[in-house]
Amino acid sequence: MPLDSPELILSYLSSARFFTAAAMTLLISLCSLAGGMASGLVLALLQESRFGPLRVLAVAYLWLFRGTPVLFQLIFVFNVLPSFGVVLSGFACAVLALSLNEGAYMAEIMRSGIRAVGPGQRQAARALGMTDWAVMRWVVIPQALRMIVPPIGNQFIGMLKLSALVSVIAVEELLLVANQTASSNFRYLEALSAAGIYYLGLTTLFMLLQAFVERRLARRGRAAPKRGWTQWMLGATAEGARVR
Amino acid sequence: MSSASSPPVLKAEAIHKSYGPLAVLRGVDLSVGRGECLCIVGPSGSGKSTLLRCLNLLEPVQDGRVTFEGRDILQSRRAEAPGIRQRIGMVFQNFELFRHLSARDNIALAPIRVKGEDPANARARAEVLLRKVHLPDKGDSYPDELSGGQQQRVAIARALAMDPVLMLYDEPTSALDPETVGEVLQVMQELAEEGMTSVVVTHEMGFARRAATRVIFMDGGVVVHAAPPAAFFDPAAPKPERLARFLGRLEH
Repeated sequence: MPLDSPELILSYLSSARFFTAAAMTLLISLCSLAGGMASGLVLALLQESRFGPLRVLAVAYLWLFRGTPVLFQLIFVFNVLPSFGVVLSGFACAVLALSLNEGAYMAEIMRSGIRAVGPGQRQAARALGMTDWAVMRWVVIPQALRMIVPPIGNQFIGMLKLSALVSVIAVEELLLVANQTASSNFRYLEALSAAGIYYLGLTTLFMLLQAFVERRLARRGRAAPKRGWTQWMLGATAEGARVR
Repeated sequence: MSSASSPPVLKAEAIHKSYGPLAVLRGVDLSVGRGECLCIVGPSGSGKSTLLRCLNLLEPVQDGRVTFEGRDILQSRRAEAPGIRQRIGMVFQNFELFRHLSARDNIALAPIRVKGEDPANARARAEVLLRKVHLPDKGDSYPDELSGGQQQRVAIARALAMDPVLMLYDEPTSALDPETVGEVLQVMQELAEEGMTSVVVTHEMGFARRAATRVIFMDGGVVVHAAPPAAFFDPAAPKPERLARFLGRLEH
């Protein structure tokens, strides 16, 4: 019984339906990562703020979004917002929930990057007459971004896998499509294999992209410490294994 | 040269500063005339570096007055501090060049982002300043491709790019390899000879002797002695016992 029709996997892989689903997975991941980076940066800046209430706000956000499962947040956004008159598409709900959740984790990464830029750099910038905001914008954030390339790459690979969760709110991404396809003919092995191959293809692509970016930054001499192949393979997979 | 006729560029009076119970500055008076090169020497922990940071408002001061360009800048509002610091260049012990920028962009950053200068002009001027600090071909180099002495000279050029009326040097050669100290001191001396008003916290007595118009000895958070270099280093000239001991220790 197992795999009596391997050509079915190939036909799934080349089907428009699976390809569109993989594109949807990629799109959700990219949008959510961008949203996560934006909300993470805002949160990190709030946490570093001199103004107490803003710091409290940031901590409350982190507490809320790190303290509840992301699956819960997805279902909450999808089912509860409409009763407040906010009706969003499944895709918008997915990106919103994943972005808000990702922001809570991204904030820590951004903050470690910001902290890693030493006080002497800020002092030198202030001594040149920069305002606090200019110091952040032109001296601290550019250096912090370079330092957080490796962890952000890991977050992205984690996000590709996390996006499978949005199948529960009926967004036509890879896992949902594979599941639906299989339930019509009970060819689970073939359909899930096809989806698995797409996931592996996407994660591999991004690991290579990450390695390329890291190497480029390293060549310009201003990079995070170099990591070996095994190190970043482990980093990438350990990130995905994290339970949220 | 300092001139008695024109008002001082900067005048500090009765500066008091403490970290919690630890009093670091206990009533420091200091005046810098136009074109003067004032060297501050003294043992570690005497408050020299702290004083320098207080002068451009990088450190809050508990009590005292700092008159700069006709007003007490310690009374200025928080939002005014960046504008005041633009007029006062500062060079740090650890250079603190921006690690993500080339030497040229380190120098051009503040003119572009703070003064709103045209980027092409600012970069062209950066090249001029690089020539001034004897690094004409290092514009494209990043800080970690430069030696300590080269980094410090870029840092001086970076401070000069804002056209300051006063330069503060905080132990500019203390973190350098001995063989690169000379090139940095030479640039500082050339600037002083061109009339750049400077305050230099240093352990380089040779530099103080050569370039200073006045030398100040600080100990225990107060100014103990101030004199022109010839008198300051003259073994025969009368001086406080603490200074005599300090100079004596340096000779061994």
